[in-house]
Amino acid sequence: MNDVVKVGMADLNIVKPPHTIRTSGLGSCVGVVLYDQCAKVAGMAHIMLPESSLGKSGSINVAKYADTAILELIHRLEKAGARIGSLKAKIAGGAQMFNFSSANEMMRIGPRNVEAVKQQLKQLRIRLVSEDVGGSSGRTIEFNPETSVLRIRTVSKGEAEI
Amino acid sequence: MSFLDRIQSHHLDVLKEVGNIGAGHAATALSKLLNKVIDMRVPSVRVISFSEITELVGGPDQVVAAIFLRLEGDAPGSMFFMVPVKEAEQLTRHVTGDEDFQLQEPPFQELGLSALEEIGNILAGSYLSSLSDFTKLNLQPSVPALSIDMSGAILSYGLLELSQVVDYAIVIDTKISEVERSEEQLSGHFFLLPDPESFEKMLKALGVPVNE
Repeated sequence: MNDVVKVGMADLNIVKPPHTIRTSGLGSCVGVVLYDQCAKVAGMAHIMLPESSLGKSGSINVAKYADTAILELIHRLEKAGARIGSLKAKIAGGAQMFNFSSANEMMRIGPRNVEAVKQQLKQLRIRLVSEDVGGSSGRTIEFNPETSVLRIRTVSKGEAEI
Repeated sequence: MSFLDRIQSHHLDVLKEVGNIGAGHAATALSKLLNKVIDMRVPSVRVISFSEITELVGGPDQVVAAIFLRLEGDAPGSMFFMVPVKEAEQLTRHVTGDEDFQLQEPPFQELGLSALEEIGNILAGSYLSSLSDFTKLNLQPSVPALSIDMSGAILSYGLLELSQVVDYAIVIDTKISEVERSEEQLSGHFFLLPDPESFEKMLKALGVPVNE
C-alpha cells in the first residue's frame, strides 16, 4: 500500500517503479498520465478546469488547469530522466455526474476538460494511447510505470485496464 | 487579495450559525419523516483544501448517495446531502416499506430512487427556507439531482465555481444522526458550499460585514 503515490484534486506528481501513482474520485475532472516507457517514469495530474485563463485570482495552481498542468508534468518528467520525444499519454475522467438542463456552462465542464486536454496533447505532439472518458460515473485510476497499464475503477462497472 | 483570505474566525462563527439554523430545521423534518429522534451535531465550518473536503466523508472513493442542488438567487452556491450507501438503503426502505431496496449494484429500483431524491429534497428545502427566512436572502434551489457514486467525483462538482478563484473552500458541514444507537443507525452530512461572492452577501445579511 505504501508504494502508491497519491495525487489529490488539483494536484500532480511523478513516480518511478516500484511505486505506482493513483488519483481517486475523478468526476468531471480529468486524470492525465504522461509516461516514458523506456525511462520508466510517469506523471499524473488531476485536472479540474480546462484553461488557466478561467482563473480569477492572481497566482494560479498549475496543477488545476489542463494547459498548465500538462506543461508542468513534462517539465518534471524531463528532470526525472524522461525523453520528451518518447512521452505518451493516457487519460480518464471527464464525466457528467449530474444531468441538469441548466444553461450554466460550468455544468458541461467534464467534456470541456477532455477537449482541452486532447488539444493540449496534440499541440505538444504527445500521442494519446488510450482513454476512458465521458459517461456519468466517477473513476479512480492507478498507473503503473513498470507496465504502463492504467487501471480504472468505477462504482457500477468494476475494474478495467487501458 | 481574495475575499476568502480576509475571512476571520468570527466570520466563521457566524457561518456556523447559518449551518445551525438550516440543519436544525432539516433534522426536525427528518425526525418527522422517519418518526425517529434525529440528532444534529453542531456544524463545523472550516477553511480546507479541496482534497481535505472528501476526507470528511471517508475519502474520495467512498461510495455515497448524494443529493445535489444548485442554489440560485442572492447567494448562489451548491448544496449536498450525503449519506453512505448502506444508510441510504435503510433510509429508503424505511420510507417506502420496500425491504428489498438495494443500492449495492445497479439497476436500482426507480421508486426507491425517487423516494430518496424526495427525502433529499425535503431536507434541503427545509434547510434552505429557514436559512433564507433568517438572512432575508432570496435563495432558490434547483431541482435536486441524485447520484450514487464516489464522494470525490460528486463533491468536485460543487467546487467548480470556487476553483476558479481559490484552491480551498469554506465548508459548512453538519452531521445529523439517529439518537438511538442501533445497527441501522443513520448519519448524513449537509455540505453548503457558497460561491465566492456569496460569503460576503451572507455575512452582510447577518450583520457582520467583512472589512477591506
